[in-house]
Amino acid sequence: MSSTGWAWLVLLLPLLGSVSVALSFRAVPARVAGAVGTAAVGAAFLCAVAALLSLLGDDADSRHHASTLWTYAQAGGLEIDLGIYVDQLSVFMMLVVTGVSTLIHLYSFGYMKSDEGYHRFFSYLNFFVFSMLLLVLAGNFVLLIVGWAFVGFASYALISFWYRRTTATGAGMKAFVINVVGDIGLVLAAFLIVRELGSFDYETVFAKAPEVFSQGGWTVTAICLLLLVGAFAKSAQIPFHTWLPDAMEGPTPVSSLIHAATMVTAGVYLIARTNVLFYLAPTAADIAAFVGLATLLIAGTIAIAQTDLKRAIAYSTMSQIGYMIMGVSIGAYSAGLFHLMTHAFFKALLFMTAGSIISAMANRQDIDRMSGFWKAMRFTSIMFVIGGLALAAFPLTSGFFSKDSILSFAEARGGMYAWMAVGGYVGAFLTAIYTFRLIFRVLPGRPCEEAQHLIESGELYHGPPINPATEEEEDTDVGFPGAHHHIAEQSWPMAAAMAVLAFGALFAGLIQVPGVDNVLFGFLDPAFHDSPLAEIHPSVGAEWRGLAIGAVISVLGIALAWFLWVARPELPALFRERLRPVYLLCLNKWYFDEAIELLIVRPALAIGRFANDVFERRVVDGIVDGTKGAVGGAGGIVRVVQSGFVRTYALLLIAGFAGLALYFLVVAS
Amino acid sequence: MSIEWYIVLSSLLFATGAMGILLRRSPIVILLCLELMLNAGNLALVAFSRMVGNEEGQVFALVVMVVAACEVVVGLGLIVAIFRRKLPLDVDELTELRG
Repeated sequence: MSSTGWAWLVLLLPLLGSVSVALSFRAVPARVAGAVGTAAVGAAFLCAVAALLSLLGDDADSRHHASTLWTYAQAGGLEIDLGIYVDQLSVFMMLVVTGVSTLIHLYSFGYMKSDEGYHRFFSYLNFFVFSMLLLVLAGNFVLLIVGWAFVGFASYALISFWYRRTTATGAGMKAFVINVVGDIGLVLAAFLIVRELGSFDYETVFAKAPEVFSQGGWTVTAICLLLLVGAFAKSAQIPFHTWLPDAMEGPTPVSSLIHAATMVTAGVYLIARTNVLFYLAPTAADIAAFVGLATLLIAGTIAIAQTDLKRAIAYSTMSQIGYMIMGVSIGAYSAGLFHLMTHAFFKALLFMTAGSIISAMANRQDIDRMSGFWKAMRFTSIMFVIGGLALAAFPLTSGFFSKDSILSFAEARGGMYAWMAVGGYVGAFLTAIYTFRLIFRVLPGRPCEEAQHLIESGELYHGPPINPATEEEEDTDVGFPGAHHHIAEQSWPMAAAMAVLAFGALFAGLIQVPGVDNVLFGFLDPAFHDSPLAEIHPSVGAEWRGLAIGAVISVLGIALAWFLWVARPELPALFRERLRPVYLLCLNKWYFDEAIELLIVRPALAIGRFANDVFERRVVDGIVDGTKGAVGGAGGIVRVVQSGFVRTYALLLIAGFAGLALYFLVVAS
Repeated sequence: MSIEWYIVLSSLLFATGAMGILLRRSPIVILLCLELMLNAGNLALVAFSRMVGNEEGQVFALVVMVVAACEVVVGLGLIVAIFRRKLPLDVDELTELRG
């Protein structure tokens, strides 16, 4: 079968899984639904591998195929096909999405075991995978937007999964609204593209763009900026990032799947996919790179101050996506995607360990209450350390190679991009600090009450059902994570998923070691041959120099974290006192929520209130009431005639006809 | 016979019917007067049809007769219903549909 045939299967399987799980929720026991959901995505992964093999069978220069099922819509000389586009980039994304999703499904199989909404969860999860695959496989901008919007909906449904939790439903709405802002950007960009180029089709658009647009022209810059709005909203870049930390209200596998491994990388994919346009609009590309840089630094500082385990990891995600956005914007396409892949491994792993720890803490997420889990949960702790090492780019782990391939490209491109590399190294230092802050505060030390309970009785601590965000009592129906928790030590599917990801987090970087092998870039680079930026290659020596700097920074950061939180644990408190404004800035997330509240939400509410009080009450109601009054008044006059005497009506009728007849007689004569 | 005679007769019949409707108060008589007016119309139709020399007017007269029959059915039904409810058989007293 051809690669496109396999790709259609990859799309079809999760959709079938989602529908069949959703329809069979009464007939089929929960475990079967979970198995079906997991199997559907697992089979999709196998099909993706088959698509890769089929693509590798082609000549290196002709590894791109479009396939159309039927014409989706036709209007005004414009034809929109239900078509997919299979090339190195989409196959790569397909592999990452289905591969990581399979493991996360497996993890959910154990983690959500005692949840009331097990069917619903797996149906949503499969639907999400389908939407994400539609997004990466789409062959034209319309289908891309469809996948883009489906992903937004799936994210909403999964964040609000525990729908009795007000914080969860609020977070879901926030995510949805911000995503829709991004959708609008994307739709407007597509509109401009079709106006200028007359087609939605990737192949046509990218072939015609260099002929129609001049380098740095206004239109192409506008298109790219609008695309960036979509990319930033989906990838949680400043200033559209505030939904991501709140989205941690969803179940932990969701955080792992959507908010770490797949959905938030959609923006990176979009920029890489439209690299031809971004090359024509260097201003937009530079803006994207700067926003990526700003996000990675700001999110890094916020992550250092957060005390909520999952939120801290969420900010770390933002920061890492910042690297990817910066990478694909400056032209390091393959490097950015390489980091996307390794990040999917180690960040999914970190969220899984966080889920395991939070389960043991009876849903508490506050790291101030956690300590001593090294003694209580050895397996989870080892996984946590592995994920942390990869995130902190410890030498020879996957993050080490992928992060430095972006930064050494920036350095090789020179000019201001070299300074971006410096910013990236600062970010790497922050990354190492905040990652090992979490590890040093959660794992070593005297076991906390919950951990002690686990060590002594071998059972999980059960606290009262309380929402950790608001201290409100939870609705014990389906609106909270459930009274029974599951940890990796006691659930083999969770442990298996984590072990595979840990393997990836440790060794996935070895497929792309400068000067040694070139597996990934050799495969991906031809997909970007249209962009002259892809010609820039840092020398092997420069790459190893970058790797050496990265190694030093990573080790220094870890050492500093050890010094601050293990050797001298009184120091952070001292810093908090001395640098109170800085600490407050980071703790309050740089006041982005407040700024958005002040600049956007309040004015929008004011406009709404004005519309309600003045426009709605006076103008609209005035028109409606006026019409009503006029009709009523006219009716009052006519009513007098309706006396109820039949003979009066007859008289009026006859008199009327007689009058008419007379009139015509007079006119005729 | 010239057409005028027919028209005069038809007009007289029509006027009689109209006057009956305006002056009488019994629903049965009003119904009879309505029939009278319809048949005045029919007479005119047939007369004109002969004058013009085609049969369309006659066909139309037949249609009017059918409609008139239907109308009588409905009207008599109403009158029977009024009678059964022991309401006065006087159109001036039945003014409940006043606006």
